[in-house]
Amino acid sequence: MTKAYLRDSDIAHEYIDVDKCTPEERETIHQDIKKRGSRLAFPTIIIDDKTIITGFKKDEIKKALGL
Amino acid sequence: MTSLENIKRRAANNAKKHGYFLNPDPDFLQNLIVGLKENEDRYGFASCPCRLASGNFEWDRDIICPCDYRDPDVEEFGQCFCALYVSKDVVEGKRPMQPIPERRPQEKIDRAMGKAPEKTVKSEAVSETSDTNRKLFYCKVCGYVTFREEPPHKCPICQAKQEMFGEIVLGTDIQVR
Repeated sequence: MTKAYLRDSDIAHEYIDVDKCTPEERETIHQDIKKRGSRLAFPTIIIDDKTIITGFKKDEIKKALGL
Repeated sequence: MTSLENIKRRAANNAKKHGYFLNPDPDFLQNLIVGLKENEDRYGFASCPCRLASGNFEWDRDIICPCDYRDPDVEEFGQCFCALYVSKDVVEGKRPMQPIPERRPQEKIDRAMGKAPEKTVKSEAVSETSDTNRKLFYCKVCGYVTFREEPPHKCPICQAKQEMFGEIVLGTDIQVR
């Protein structure tokens, strides 16, 4: 849903499918998300390296993007 | 290999049995079904499509769909973590659908992280911190017994209403005469 939304809205983004990562990569991502003050859940969206949103909360994503 | 139709049917049957509904948004629902199938093909069990599984059955058993957290989540928020299963209120639009907090204990999430799945499935003691609020309930109509926070919405065996459930209190009183 989130991927489709970002794609259809022409929002530049990169994504990582964490379930397809190696255990080491998973751990790095886990620590990074923890450091940003969130918990590991999907989808997690990081906007401009500062806003972190867990779950497909369209309105929050729009707000953080200034749309 | 299980087909998408099979997984969807399985979920629909389970929802019906427990008095829940599947997500009313067809695209949203389809995404979850695809996720479940992907996990079943990959791990051999359909773990939650919204959570990260380790691939080790013992570590993931609480998040095999329908997960251990579905019932309390539907009870409290009207939907499970993924919103695959929702309550009647949500289907009828009386209650909004929204991302809900994770009920799975952090220690279980941590354990599923960063460790490779073990080849041999071994049983190990898991501290069940989430069990502290769970109680035993029995259906006064058919005798079905369940261990959870609240009595089920509907008896999955005989379809009796929630009101037909009673709590089982286990005592340790020893009477000496």
